[in-house]
Amino acid sequence: MTAAGYINLIIAKYNYWIYIVLMCVGLWGMIVKRNLVKKIIGMNILQTAIILFYVSIATKKGAALPILAHHIGAHRTDPATIINPLPHVLMLTAIVVSVATLGVALALTINIYKRYGTLEEDEIHDLMRNA
Amino acid sequence: MSAHFPALIVVSPLMAAMVVAILAWVRPGACLPLAVVTLAGSLWAAAGMLWRVVVSGPFAYHLGNWPPPIGIAYQIDHLNALVLTAMAAVALVNLLATWRHARRDFAERVNYFYALYLLFCAGTYGIIVTGDAFNLFVLLEITSISGYALVGMGKRDAALASLNYIFMGTIGASFYLLGVGYLYLVTGTLNMADLAMILPRLYGNKVVTAAFIIAMTGLFMKMALFPLHGWLPNAYSESSSPVRSLIAPLTTKTMVYVMVRVALYVFPVDFSFGHLAFAQPAVWLAVTSIVAASLMALSQTSLKRMLAYVLIAEVGYMVGGFWLGNRMGMTGAILHIVNDAAMTLCAFLAVGSLRQQLADDSFKALRGAFRRMPWTMAVLVVAGLSMIGVPPTCGFFSKWYLIGGALAAGQWAFVGALIFSSLINAVLFFRIFEIGFFEPFAASDHGHPPDLAYAEAPATVIAPMLVTAAGLVVLGLLTGRIVTRIIDAAIPAAIL
Repeated sequence: MTAAGYINLIIAKYNYWIYIVLMCVGLWGMIVKRNLVKKIIGMNILQTAIILFYVSIATKKGAALPILAHHIGAHRTDPATIINPLPHVLMLTAIVVSVATLGVALALTINIYKRYGTLEEDEIHDLMRNA
Repeated sequence: MSAHFPALIVVSPLMAAMVVAILAWVRPGACLPLAVVTLAGSLWAAAGMLWRVVVSGPFAYHLGNWPPPIGIAYQIDHLNALVLTAMAAVALVNLLATWRHARRDFAERVNYFYALYLLFCAGTYGIIVTGDAFNLFVLLEITSISGYALVGMGKRDAALASLNYIFMGTIGASFYLLGVGYLYLVTGTLNMADLAMILPRLYGNKVVTAAFIIAMTGLFMKMALFPLHGWLPNAYSESSSPVRSLIAPLTTKTMVYVMVRVALYVFPVDFSFGHLAFAQPAVWLAVTSIVAASLMALSQTSLKRMLAYVLIAEVGYMVGGFWLGNRMGMTGAILHIVNDAAMTLCAFLAVGSLRQQLADDSFKALRGAFRRMPWTMAVLVVAGLSMIGVPPTCGFFSKWYLIGGALAAGQWAFVGALIFSSLINAVLFFRIFEIGFFEPFAASDHGHPPDLAYAEAPATVIAPMLVTAAGLVVLGLLTGRIVTRIIDAAIPAAIL
């Protein structure tokens, strides 16, 4: 592949690159960070990356909103000229899922802080080893 | 009403969970009966569907009368009717056996435990009946989130174990979601039957390959296949006993079922086993999983942690058996989903009973356990024999099919791993039997004669446990019928 080909690969498919980078940031945060809240933030970035991926695959250049109002949209019923609404709707559910996960995770974090007095994983493991 | 069973089996526990959460304020005493009735109704519906499938073949249910692929379809066939019946039975028996423990462990929060329990069951049943790839993700998260909350309700280090479970579980579910997204990108559909029709035209497509591998990785994480098992031992050993004996039989087995569903009915069989060189690495992964988990089980000093590692080895059995790619191995894997759910329930119920009565389940506390709790230990013996694979318990028969399949496929490493793991299980369980049976006499000269007072659990706990233990034998004796009537029809004809 030529240099222009590589540049094209990055520029034309920038939405995929954004989601891949965000996903790696999220995974890195969950694996490398030792603070539990930072891990939770990493988890949320990971989930958001996938939500962005879904939303980005629905868009089309110059397409109309997926609202079929008869007085304006009668001539635009060709699916190729309308943004695909399905991924957006799916992601509404995924957002709810990620909020619920976040809620449970934060509630557990409060319990962990009450019990150990810290949210640093290393310190918690020291406490557990000495107990 | 029986026409609506596929929807009712998910909707009724879901609604009952909401009602229980409200009843907890108004009429706390009504929560347990409502939960039991709902789960019994689910079991009845599941058995009814299994009967209908065996008599008249698979059928579909279109939610809201929207035809697929626009609407969500619940697809009932031999495979999921069997798994569904097993899981519904496990959920009901476990609640009957452990509500006393739950009342003691959770005190005033017990009604929220029932609500989460029902929510967990609703999600599990939904995962099993759904015919829609995205719907499966949503139900998977309903199960997982209520599972995290259930684990987090335990004492001591449960919150930390649950948080780690959340991290691993979320990565797993996100990977599955990403795989579904890739499939949607190239096919434009989420309905499993529709996907199976469109995918054969896309064999060379790299996105489809990526979707398969990403979704499978996510599922492996969720089912705790070594080396992605990190969350399981802590989550299972820190949670309180009613929770442990619910999620241990249901979670990993349901995820193995999803793997079977995805690899056989979403991706075409000749793609999963032919075009993609995935089967051989998956069998090796299973071999590693079985050997590593068995070795780690050897070094544990408490019963629940030991069983948690045995469970990880069992996941290896099912994954390996399935990816052998022949009829016999696959029969063994599907049979083992049912058998392992029953065995795990049986073993963890016994552990829960031991922990309630002896306040501890370390090997030291088990000295003289046969004399103190004869019925519970008898149940543990049956579960142990089944995990080792002694006829006529059901564990023997699924292992028989697995080994037969491995021999037919020429996968000698998998044969070796199965035999190795059975031997390790024999060592593990006979060590416990020895401690429970002989130790008091050996230990009496150390100055601390163990307490040998009779401490058996009440009859309401023992009865469901005995039913489960008998169930292991009955399942074993019924193996022939289950295989010929149900599992044979569940495996596509393309698999020889």
